[in-house]
Amino acid sequence: MKFLDEYRDARIARTLAKEVAANTTRDWVLMEICGGQTHTIMRYGLDEILPKQIELVHGPGCPVCVTPLETIDKAIALALHPDVILVSYGDMLRVPGSNSDLFRAKAEGADVRVAYSPSEAVKIARANPDKKVVFLAIGFETTAPANAMAAWLAKRDGLKNLSLLVSHVLVPPAIRALLATPENRVQGFIAPGHVCTVMGYSEYEGLVRDFNVPIVVGGFEPVDLLEAVLMLVKQLERGEARVENQYVRSVTYQGNVRAQEVVREVFEIADQKWRGIGMIPNSGLRLSDAYADYDANRIFDLDLISADEPAECISAKVLQGLRKPTDCPAFAIRCTPENPLGAPMVSSEGACAAYYHYRRHAGSLTKIAV
Amino acid sequence: MCLAIPGKIVSVEEANGLRSARIQFGGIVRQASLDFVPEAQVGDYVMVHVGYAISRVDAAEAERTYQLLEEMGALEEELPESSD
Repeated sequence: MKFLDEYRDARIARTLAKEVAANTTRDWVLMEICGGQTHTIMRYGLDEILPKQIELVHGPGCPVCVTPLETIDKAIALALHPDVILVSYGDMLRVPGSNSDLFRAKAEGADVRVAYSPSEAVKIARANPDKKVVFLAIGFETTAPANAMAAWLAKRDGLKNLSLLVSHVLVPPAIRALLATPENRVQGFIAPGHVCTVMGYSEYEGLVRDFNVPIVVGGFEPVDLLEAVLMLVKQLERGEARVENQYVRSVTYQGNVRAQEVVREVFEIADQKWRGIGMIPNSGLRLSDAYADYDANRIFDLDLISADEPAECISAKVLQGLRKPTDCPAFAIRCTPENPLGAPMVSSEGACAAYYHYRRHAGSLTKIAV
Repeated sequence: MCLAIPGKIVSVEEANGLRSARIQFGGIVRQASLDFVPEAQVGDYVMVHVGYAISRVDAAEAERTYQLLEEMGALEEELPESSD
């Protein structure tokens, strides 16, 4: 496929890795923010073709992983209402809540439907006027415009039976929180290319200024990520800290202004709890007052008490790049994608799932593709 | 979840004030909204995320970047093999 295959070229990948080695004189710790990038790194063994001095730690960019336990519990409680249809992205179904998950709720008779796009939630609401349709609207900035469109369309068309259970997180405040942690080791960031496709990258300039840390907006293919690593290493070795854009074929400085407008109309910035990490000020989105009628949190009485994460799960440390999935005593033993203790083992973007699927267990360490 | 895939616009239609397109991804064709990329036309490549095109792929930029990378790759034969 055009714009994909050429960025998976093993020859170019190897050359880039050599370039990184030629430019590296000391140890550097880099973090890729997005779970999609983590999966590419694991799948193609990029960490193994890079010089030993480059350590890649994995960031919190997995929306499924950071959706608060309370939100999952609320979604399950709503799904079990006889007059509710709960519409969710497929990744959310196996994410453990306090006592159950949406998949189990579905097996118990709840009407839980998997949607590829928010527009399907709107269609389901139109087709089921006697039901209350709740869309579990989770995601980062990439998904916010599409999720916003579900509320925008419902309002425009006077759909009274659609609401959104929102758990939206924002990348720059999370990077700020990570950098402000005393135990932070990260010296350079690969910013998430699709978040920046929507938002542009002006927001990252403040982080570079305040923390003197280089940030490179990176794509998702092996060549993209290796080039982003090279750009970071060159900056670090020269003692520079700037925002650079590797993913020029999709990202512009100002981002997608039209998509940002829809987000601003429907949502407003709010404090947000991140599963495993805790509350981060101004790091999320909630429906604005103009869209209160579409806010499941305001329509339904949802004040629930929730239990804590299983004590054995170290996902909080994994999501902050402080520990690797394989540091966890439960990894691949008591915690597997079939029976997960924590969300990062479930999601297609979770770091634990990436390690599990791409050889980082049972001692097999075969390089794939490059 | 933040996955977005490049696809080629095969045809464009407008209904109910919304603009959408049939988009080809390799051998598969799917419908996606063009609400956020009003400038996109038939033949353009767009990045599609959860049923919405979020950017028009800058083909010129992609070409230029790729050529730079190609040149880098072409040099590989002249570089010594890495020792590890």
